[in-house]
Amino acid sequence: MAERKVLLERYDVPNIWELDVYRRHGGYATLDGLFAKSPTDWVEEVKASGLCGRGGAGFPTGVKWSFLAKGTGKPTYLVVNADESEPGTCHDRRLLERLPHQLIEGIINTCYAIDAHEAYVYIRGEYLEPYQRLVQAIREAEAAGLLGKTVAGQDFPLRIVVHRGAGAYICGEETALLSSQEGDKGQPRQKPPFPAVAGLYAAPTIVNNVQTISTIPHIVRHGAAWFAGINLAPESKSPGPRILSVSGHVQRPGIYEVETGTPFEELLYGLCGGIRGGHDLKSVIPGGSSMPMLPKDVILQTDTSFESIRKAGSQPGSGAVIVMDETTDIPTVVWRISRFYAHESCGKCTPCREGNPWSVKLLRRFVDGTARAEDLRILVEVAEAMEKNSFCPLGIAAAWATQGALKHFRHEFEARISHASAIAAGD
Amino acid sequence: MPVLSDATRASIREAAGQYPPGRQKSAVMPALYLAQDDAGHLNPEVLREVAELLRLAPVHVAAVATFYTMFEKAPHGKHIIDVCTCVSCQLLGGYDILAHLERRLGIKPGETTPDGRFTLREQECLGSCASAPVLQVGYRFHEELTTVKVDALIDELLQEGADG
Ligand SMILES: Cc1cc2nc3c(=O)[nH]c(=O)nc-3n(C[C@H](O)[C@H](O)[C@H](O)COP(=O)(O)O)c2cc1C
Ligand code: SF4
Repeated sequence: MAERKVLLERYDVPNIWELDVYRRHGGYATLDGLFAKSPTDWVEEVKASGLCGRGGAGFPTGVKWSFLAKGTGKPTYLVVNADESEPGTCHDRRLLERLPHQLIEGIINTCYAIDAHEAYVYIRGEYLEPYQRLVQAIREAEAAGLLGKTVAGQDFPLRIVVHRGAGAYICGEETALLSSQEGDKGQPRQKPPFPAVAGLYAAPTIVNNVQTISTIPHIVRHGAAWFAGINLAPESKSPGPRILSVSGHVQRPGIYEVETGTPFEELLYGLCGGIRGGHDLKSVIPGGSSMPMLPKDVILQTDTSFESIRKAGSQPGSGAVIVMDETTDIPTVVWRISRFYAHESCGKCTPCREGNPWSVKLLRRFVDGTARAEDLRILVEVAEAMEKNSFCPLGIAAAWATQGALKHFRHEFEARISHASAIAAGD
Repeated sequence: MPVLSDATRASIREAAGQYPPGRQKSAVMPALYLAQDDAGHLNPEVLREVAELLRLAPVHVAAVATFYTMFEKAPHGKHIIDVCTCVSCQLLGGYDILAHLERRLGIKPGETTPDGRFTLREQECLGSCASAPVLQVGYRFHEELTTVKVDALIDELLQEGADG
């Protein structure tokens, strides 16, 4: 079983982040054919490829582009979401650090297709080194005439501005990101209107993830049919290579680019070398901390296609695969995940702002073995309230973490109900 | 009397020019970074000056500065050490790394050593999950940590202080 390296094909080339080196390895070759076709043709091409967004929601990219409001009299913007902060996710960082020109090439391709002349990259603040690499690459591209008043000699002006976030997970959510970039607190906005209609500065805006945009040059170069064929799962409508960040208890954690439909068993036991130190697998979170965890027997029957992960009761999310072996204490993991959401809640709505700290407090009792019999019931109720009533998906995700753990590992929580409390409750 | 240097004030104006006309509010985050690099942290005078430069209400600038964790509102040590304990690091000993640093530096997360050299903080996911456990010093990554590596890092940082 091998990786299917497309975006990562040139990853190990020394100094690939430099323009000369990138060009010597086929970089910016898409600019030869790009302007020969009309923008609408490219939107159709990306639609036909079946590419689905890599940022978390998995929405079909070409379809999103076709929703852009026309004739508004306002400019159209592209905003690249480089806020990568979903626990477990670390591949956008590598794409930014090592392959900034692949992203810039993707931005040029995309901006031509959607008729945008200004693109913004919103990059998480903690990614200082990737930020510096990206800015350097943009300067190089400008100096080489690939950006600026003309792109590669074509009558197509394009400017890229990099905007640094400053440590707020919620700014990865697209409407919060737009508020943040506009200079306000990064809090989500009501949808609709969707960004494609009224996004940045109330103008039509496409928000796409770093990996999504880095994929575009490959579709432009090799065509939709080629991309759609990278798919081992016949029933899957989310084809292509996808980069997964595998962390936790495997022998070889890392970022792996695999064909849609690669079985998790092959990913974990083949590419990642199996579970560390001869331990047994216990559970896997397949799409970042926001997605429900799955137990061993379920994940080993699942493949990496969006459809298979959904059928198994979780979500592909950000592509962060977090692996836990049998020594892992599930309540402790869920407590830590819950603390993340409590810390990152933007405070706009009550279920999330109040529910998360409450969950953390309850979960801590399960970690410490001091939980009372009714704490389990309250934990379930708090999660339900967050899932049903939160304004944005952050509050829902926080609930899913708890619910996923309770669905498959309830016995571990029950075992932590303190003996004294169980007797008092008449159990 | 401005608190910020002329160079910083010029950079802030330049940052505002990156955004479309009339959208200088977008420059509040870059401006706060520039001001912080210059002044060390964002005290009320610095915030007022940023507001004045961008022609924004001081209360707005203060609200933005408060919303984001990377804007320092109080003085901190020369080196800020951010230790990730979020789930992927937790699974591979992130809390052991944090505990080791607490012992070595004699401070708790959120505190600064009395000599002003180090501020220790516990962080949420830093985006280095496949190289866990990790920390950052001044937003530079140090990955696949062990307590031995952490000790070597602290020794190096102390040495740096002694040289300079
Ligand atoms: C709480 C939250 C955090 C998110 N964080 C990110 C992120 O860091 N990066 C990202 O690309 N998308 C993130 N998303 C998804 C974005 O809202 C949006 O769907 C995505 O950027 C669209 O790009 P895509 O279609 O290319 O996936 C997040 C969503 C939510 C609700
Ligand atoms: S669910 Fe949480 S993060 Fe989302 S708007 Fe409500 S408080 Fe903010």
